[in-house]
Amino acid sequence: MFSLTDWSPIFLSLRTAVFAVIAVIILGLPLARLLARREFPGKDFLESAITLPMVLPPSVIGYGLLMLIGKNGLLGQTLAGFGITLVFTWWAAALASTVVAFPLMYQSAKAAFKSVDENYEKAARTLGASEVRIFLTVTLPLAWPGILAGVVLSFARALGEFGATLMVAGNIPGQTSTIPVAIFFAVDAGDNATAQTLVAIVTGFSFLVIFWVNRWAKRQNY
Amino acid sequence: MLEASIQKKLWHFTLHLELQLKNEILVLWGHSGAGKTTILHCLAGLVKPSSGFIKLDQQVLYSSADKIHLSPQIRNVGYLFQDYALFPHMTVRQNVMYGLKSKKHNKSSLDPVELLNSFGVGHLIDRYPRQLSGGEKQRVALARALAVQPKLLLLDEPFSALDKNTRESLRQEVKKLHRQWQIPFILVTHDEEDANFLGDRLILLNKGQPSQEDDKIASSQLVCREG
Repeated sequence: MFSLTDWSPIFLSLRTAVFAVIAVIILGLPLARLLARREFPGKDFLESAITLPMVLPPSVIGYGLLMLIGKNGLLGQTLAGFGITLVFTWWAAALASTVVAFPLMYQSAKAAFKSVDENYEKAARTLGASEVRIFLTVTLPLAWPGILAGVVLSFARALGEFGATLMVAGNIPGQTSTIPVAIFFAVDAGDNATAQTLVAIVTGFSFLVIFWVNRWAKRQNY
Repeated sequence: MLEASIQKKLWHFTLHLELQLKNEILVLWGHSGAGKTTILHCLAGLVKPSSGFIKLDQQVLYSSADKIHLSPQIRNVGYLFQDYALFPHMTVRQNVMYGLKSKKHNKSSLDPVELLNSFGVGHLIDRYPRQLSGGEKQRVALARALAVQPKLLLLDEPFSALDKNTRESLRQEVKKLHRQWQIPFILVTHDEEDANFLGDRLILLNKGQPSQEDDKIASSQLVCREG
């Protein structure tokens, strides 16, 4: 009933999701901090654009990425000049996961930063702490439960990315065939044992991660 | 010595403040929404005034004419927040040490442990703020603000969250503290007992206009008229 001959989708998915989470942390946290407490013209426009991948159909995101990194894409042409091709490589799968995970990280982090009482930051300022030190020692630790929720959500979203990945990265075993893609093609080929095994693994793993984080966040209330 | 002349436009009125303060306690007295906290924020550098100047011990902290606006970090202005704003994820010791770690140049002669002892909260040094009573939080917050040896101390409604007994004993402590430290204190309150007991001088704020600056006797008359 359960059997798996090729374990590569699991490692591939983990690698892709970990890459995506690190990327959205590096990109999303500073942006969320910047926009959490600032008003400027065009902010609503920018935020809508940031959140868009959350609601767009995956095929639209996939098409958009093809326009960007495809052979004749805006970035793809330039990269081709350096002999670099992104489409139908692991990097395309990682990029697709990053794009769909980004809004979740951004939204969670922004809400978390906003929930930190501004008086703590003000108090730190009057005590002489630099803005970087305030961010690292006051804002970030106090926003941590919310940020962690964002990390988990974006990890889960990156792990589950299917539509855009299929369009820009395809189904190359060992390279771009992540768990969701592998499940789709296993079912398509009538290989129920493989599909069931992968479904069980990804469901169990996702459940455990979310369960653990919920428990952990519960203990972090001041 | 603090000298300030600032204007700050708020959405429904403009704040005006003129003051010269030696090592005294000035009470800013007025109803909520009169702009008291905004004035403290301007002095601390957390908010930029619309125009004017602020000078503390010959150092210009703010001047619209010379385009000077020092950041709160380098102003040497202590600030006691209304809800104390003790960092909830740090112990009492870490809270008090926080400002000292920021000042690398300053070889502070103040031992934070001694400072906490002098406030009678030395035994609470390893506790977290959520484990403290209101009065204890207040003392820790005072120790934290003074640990960096400010040249001016701002106190925003320092006793509003305390019960009557704690309030009275802390009033005494603040007065004693002021004698020890010999720096100007500015205290915001809407409690007339606070104002009468602590204020060497009193400014009554009414929609941002200091309608009266008086000695204590006159100010208590003023208070009576209000009531």
